[in-house]
Amino acid sequence: MSDRKISGLSKPAVPILTIRNLDKTFLSDKGNVTALKGVDLTVSKGEFVCLLGASGCGKSTLLRIIGGFEGPSSGHAEIYGSAIKGPGPDRGMVFQDYALFPWLTVEENIAFGPKHQGRTRAETAEVTDKFMEMVGLTGFRNTYPNALSGGMKQRVAIARVLANDADILLMDEPFAALDALTRAKLQEELLEIWERTRLTIIFVTHSVEEAVILSDRIVVMGAGPGHIETDISVDLARPRDPASIPFNDVRRDVSNQLRSHIAPALRKSQLAEA
Amino acid sequence: MSIQELTPSPTPSASQQAQSDKAAQSVQLLSSATRRKINKVALGAIVPVCLILLWELGVRWTGTRLIPPPYQVAVMMWDFAFGGIYDDAFSASLPTHFWVSVQRVYGGFLLAVVLAVPLGLMIGRFPLLKAMLDPTLSLLRPVPVTAWLPLSMIFFGLGPKSAIFLVFLGAFYPILLNTIFGVKSVDDKLFEAAAMLGCNGSQLFRSVVIPAATPQIFNGLRLGLGFAWILIVVGEMTGVPEGLGAVIMDGRTLSRTDLVITGMIVIGITGFLSDRLIVLANNYLLKWSPQHHV
Ligand SMILES: Nc1ncnc2c1ncn2[C@@H]1O[C@H](COP(=O)(O)OP(=O)(O)O)[C@@H](O)[C@H]1O
Ligand SMILES: [Mg+2]
Repeated sequence: MSDRKISGLSKPAVPILTIRNLDKTFLSDKGNVTALKGVDLTVSKGEFVCLLGASGCGKSTLLRIIGGFEGPSSGHAEIYGSAIKGPGPDRGMVFQDYALFPWLTVEENIAFGPKHQGRTRAETAEVTDKFMEMVGLTGFRNTYPNALSGGMKQRVAIARVLANDADILLMDEPFAALDALTRAKLQEELLEIWERTRLTIIFVTHSVEEAVILSDRIVVMGAGPGHIETDISVDLARPRDPASIPFNDVRRDVSNQLRSHIAPALRKSQLAEA
Repeated sequence: MSIQELTPSPTPSASQQAQSDKAAQSVQLLSSATRRKINKVALGAIVPVCLILLWELGVRWTGTRLIPPPYQVAVMMWDFAFGGIYDDAFSASLPTHFWVSVQRVYGGFLLAVVLAVPLGLMIGRFPLLKAMLDPTLSLLRPVPVTAWLPLSMIFFGLGPKSAIFLVFLGAFYPILLNTIFGVKSVDDKLFEAAAMLGCNGSQLFRSVVIPAATPQIFNGLRLGLGFAWILIVVGEMTGVPEGLGAVIMDGRTLSRTDLVITGMIVIGITGFLSDRLIVLANNYLLKWSPQHHV
């Protein structure tokens, strides 16, 4: 909180997402869980923001509130100044477990959004083709998700929200279940897509390296209850080389920040990972 | 095999060996699909052939006159289907009885589908409806369909309507329960994904709920149709003049066991074939999920 910086110096900072003093408590018979407390966050149009933190610190909850799948217990969450009321096509969520419609082909999955927003058949086909090509799946248009690899499924999920004309891409550890090579490839592709479309992306991860490779800005979260610890801007030139010295300087810096904020019980496992 | 093909063989005998292996393999490749099919049919035929043999031997050894030997039943089946042997009331009457029963089975079954599938979708989706209907449905469900027979005869009289009602009752519950279960087991993430993509309200039924629940709905349809064929016999024992169940009843009163067994075999085969039809539809509509293929 203390050392927040506003990044995106080269771009005019139009706030697309504003979160103010947000709390989230899950009520249940077994006891209430406060997942988020006093969260403030502003994201500008076109920014690539990573939410970084150990598991259980409320990253998914925050993302789901932005997506409109959960409501805040108190505080405000606004898109372009108006309160978020439920899920909508302006915010496209990419789930870790893909959440593709298994009974639809690759093409039909991507066409799902445009079709349900009442676009004409021709428009839908055009948009679908465009994004199917962007994620390199034109050859698999008639394949069902069951027959696709994890990486391909996630490409379909990304194309599906792109075709839906989302302004903000919400991604919840989308590459965590993929092998390292596929993950690196998809990170690269995602950056290419981001550069072409200039979407705003909020990307949840627990990997420091992934956050430094991808984002303009890393929002470090802490647990007990979930809150934002620090907000670090990443001013490395793109494309970024994970083997370069500046990259490693930033990575070390972020790792240190993360480490100094996590609870002692979590510290050991986090150290092993970093 | 592939290693043999890749490595150059030093001696003529080895190469000869490889060649003959290759020939054998190509023969096998050509016919492997058909061979597998034949194998499957042959395996499936072992038990029925043994049963018929046992039947024949049993009739001979005991010298019973109550049960006809298989050959006599075969003759009866021929006469029932095409006539020209006994020339009695049942000769060449199979098409009539068959058609009447098929109409009743599918009439009752379709009625059950039309009511149970939408109701199951709604109950699965709306907790309020579930809270309202679940107690009633749970109380009615354990009552055996045959226990409805007297009441159904009072409601619908002695006739086809009564039979259709019993078939309907028997098919209704498996379809309803499986549909509810299918809706319940739809992954919540799919609803979230649909909502995010702008699919809401009644669109959700067509675009998410129904396709996602299709595997379980088909499970219910198969069970329901199975029960329908079982219950048609009960339904047609209530004194209707035509139908496969009526034929079995007549056979009993006339002490014509060959007719009874013929009726049983025809029902078995028809029930099997109508299950195959559902399986075909199942595999076509669920081509996205090989694990649900039958
Ligand atoms: N639907 C829910 N009901 C109750 N508790 C929840 C629910 N979702 C998340 N939580 C709790 O909120 C906390 C934060 O969870 P989450 O946002 O999933 O963290 P992260 O994504 O960072 O791992 C956890 O303690 C979790 O148990
Ligand atoms: Mg999470």
